[in-house]
Amino acid sequence: MSTQSEVSHSIGATIPAEVSRRLKRRYAAERRFQAYGIGAIMIGLMFLLIMFVSIIQAGLPAFQETRIRLDVELPADKFPDDPAEQTAEGMRLVGWTGLIQQAIRDQLQPETRADALAMHKLLSPNAEVGLRDIVVADPSLIGKSVSVWLLSAGDVDAIVKGTMSRDVPETQRTISDRQLTFIDTLEEQDRLRSQFAFTLFSAGASSYPESAGIGVALVGSLYMMLVVLCLALPIGVAAAVYLEEFAPKNRWTDVIEVNINNLAAVPSIVFGLLGLAVFINFVELPRSAPLVGGLVLTLMTLPTVIIATRAALKAVPPSIREAALGIGASKMQSIFHHVLPLAAPGILTSIIIGLAQALGETAPLLMIGMVATVFTYPETPMDPATALPVQIFMWSGLPERGFVARTSAGIMVLLTFLIFMNAVAVYLRKKFERRW
Amino acid sequence: MSVSMLLAVVLICAAVFYVLGNRRAIGVSGGDSRQLHSRPNYYGILAALWFAIPAIAVIVVWQVLQGHFLEGGIVDSLPPDVLERSADQVRLVVATIKSLAFGGIASGVEPYMLESAAGYRSAHGFSQTLMSIMSLALGLLVAGTTVARITPQTRARNGVERIVKAMLIACASLAILTTAGIVLSMLFETINFFKTVPLSNFFFSTEWDPRFSSAGRDGGDTGQFGMIPLMVGTMYVAFVAMLVAVPIGLLAAMYLAEYATPKFRATAKPMLEILAGIPTVVYGFFALVTVGPFLRDTGDIMGLDIDARSVMTAGIVMGIMIIPFISSLSDDVITQVPRSLREGSLGLGATKSETIRKVIFPAALPGIVGSILLAASRAIGETMIVVMAAGVAANLSGNPFEPMTTVTVKIVNQLTGDNEFTSPQTLVAFALGMTLFVITLGLNIFALHIVRKYREQYD
Repeated sequence: MSTQSEVSHSIGATIPAEVSRRLKRRYAAERRFQAYGIGAIMIGLMFLLIMFVSIIQAGLPAFQETRIRLDVELPADKFPDDPAEQTAEGMRLVGWTGLIQQAIRDQLQPETRADALAMHKLLSPNAEVGLRDIVVADPSLIGKSVSVWLLSAGDVDAIVKGTMSRDVPETQRTISDRQLTFIDTLEEQDRLRSQFAFTLFSAGASSYPESAGIGVALVGSLYMMLVVLCLALPIGVAAAVYLEEFAPKNRWTDVIEVNINNLAAVPSIVFGLLGLAVFINFVELPRSAPLVGGLVLTLMTLPTVIIATRAALKAVPPSIREAALGIGASKMQSIFHHVLPLAAPGILTSIIIGLAQALGETAPLLMIGMVATVFTYPETPMDPATALPVQIFMWSGLPERGFVARTSAGIMVLLTFLIFMNAVAVYLRKKFERRW
Repeated sequence: MSVSMLLAVVLICAAVFYVLGNRRAIGVSGGDSRQLHSRPNYYGILAALWFAIPAIAVIVVWQVLQGHFLEGGIVDSLPPDVLERSADQVRLVVATIKSLAFGGIASGVEPYMLESAAGYRSAHGFSQTLMSIMSLALGLLVAGTTVARITPQTRARNGVERIVKAMLIACASLAILTTAGIVLSMLFETINFFKTVPLSNFFFSTEWDPRFSSAGRDGGDTGQFGMIPLMVGTMYVAFVAMLVAVPIGLLAAMYLAEYATPKFRATAKPMLEILAGIPTVVYGFFALVTVGPFLRDTGDIMGLDIDARSVMTAGIVMGIMIIPFISSLSDDVITQVPRSLREGSLGLGATKSETIRKVIFPAALPGIVGSILLAASRAIGETMIVVMAAGVAANLSGNPFEPMTTVTVKIVNQLTGDNEFTSPQTLVAFALGMTLFVITLGLNIFALHIVRKYREQYD
């Protein structure tokens, strides 16, 4: 006992000062290093959080829109008499805006001409669309007075939501004090309400934020996803099956493999240039068509799909193939009847990930003319359309306050789709994951 | 008959031939399918494939060649005085006629154009009818002989499998075709570009000022296409991005691989990887409305003049985007370093961080360098963030708080304008794209080479 304590005492006595100081320093360095690591991860996650919070904060108001209830007179003499002409096209020349302006004047009783002008500006220039749709749907309303909720102007919307402050001086506001009193009057008369912004999801491009929507872009993106799905799934799986199951080990196969890995790292904008040169200039497919966009995105996502599908095929154990071959199946049968069905969940996951990548891609679509301002829904994949990320890009360049909210709302929709797709992929992987 | 309708007809006929082949096989076997070499449905599939493949081949070849022949027809029908105009104008006239033929609206229509359009229309219609007949006839012929030749000894399964394998090979070769397409299409346009602009102007000039496309027409001056300012801007932004991403990504990877509890790792790693899954246009918007103004306001407080769109804004946001590329790849490399190295170092009394810094990091270095190079190539090729947040003015300055422009920004700018396609103002985009492709490809190959060559073999 005594020797032991003497030894430890003597060690403690011979190297105390320097070693323990150094040890302390080393331990401090250790803790610092750990802190750096945690700090790095936290910085990454913090940026993610800031990004999400700032986008959601800016985007949420765009999911609500303000509407004003007006009693609009529809005098029969302004409409075509022939019921056959009472369609959207036939009634295009009816002075809808005039009818609406009359209605708001009747409601608020302007004293001066300036008052009347200010009143007109309370309504969105596109408010007439809502009125027209109602009349087209029910032509028997002609000659009567209808009570309709019409889209308000973007500035009114911003005041009602509180995203624009009433407290700033009038000169720095895009809405005048006079208009504010009108808004208050309407509010007292219970003619103002906020509702879910269906316009955001149904409308196409518009120069007024309150009537701009992602509807057309969603349809364009949907068409493109269909093209990608129809092409990338069969081609990607076929290529992966060949490379993984049939390809002999030779130079040609090596070249293909290196090529696929390199294509996966080629900047996406280069695929846009390829699409422009080949599909538009050489094959002469129409510009801005979802078909061309889909083709470009297919070429872009193919490497991803092939690499992921090969991993899924590799995960199926050789015993399955050998058992099939052993009972007399041909190689092709063993793969198509046994390996592929077993790898199906993995393949499905890979195609979903490929689609998610394609859905968020913007740059190559700019190259093939999808930056067009499109007002009408494309009926076929050959009609001009735009895509959701491209719509976001176009809105982001517009200065009006309302478009910042619209852009953020568009991003929220896009991210929702992506999160949903990735969640499905994760779920499939978890659910069908098999350990052999 | 329109092409899509024809394709539908082809598919229906193929289905009919499937049934015919199937029936015929059962017929020749006398109702006992054991007499057949293959199962009956293989005979059906064989017949269907032999209908569809020739028919679709005819349609594809026809569609590709048709345009060029018909265009020749239009040019032949033009009055001589039109033909004397410049090639560009003739092309414009042809395009007008084409759009007229299909009810399009065109400006500057002259009577001879209407005539040509009518001719083109009828020629086009005739060509489409001929194509339909040819493709269906060829399909019928080939599939008919196949069906007629079916005997119990016919090796239908082998035939089908051979065709399927050929299709698989074709799909796998599409990757080669894509690369070839990228290289060839850009090469041709790049050569066209260098016909009007000298090589030295593009590669060595420090002035980027392409002007409008009409500028070249009026005088000899076609503008300056020096790519050096763009290249410097690209590298500068990528450099700032790497400054942000490399330390954060590496430290995060080291922590995740060596310190983190399995539970923390299982949450933190996928969350960091979300950063890589967010579309770049979202980062661009984030840079534009949040990071840019934040930097500008901070600059105001500190008395610095910072533009909202600057190298700094784009670089920082791009850095955030590529954190997961570095952290995930490095994490994989670090976890692959064998246990024995760690244990040896810890056994000698080194602390964990000393082990990481002095043993694991050097052992994993080739893989880490590879991941950094791959991330750099991604940063160089990134488009949306710089388009939205780096600025469009090609100025050559070292100040990271000023806007600079990059190669990708200029590709987008030159191709989304109203320039004519054959003008050097448009073609320069392809030269820039080619340069970008070569640089990123070189970086990727170099990265793979480093990883392969310097990988330490421990086992």
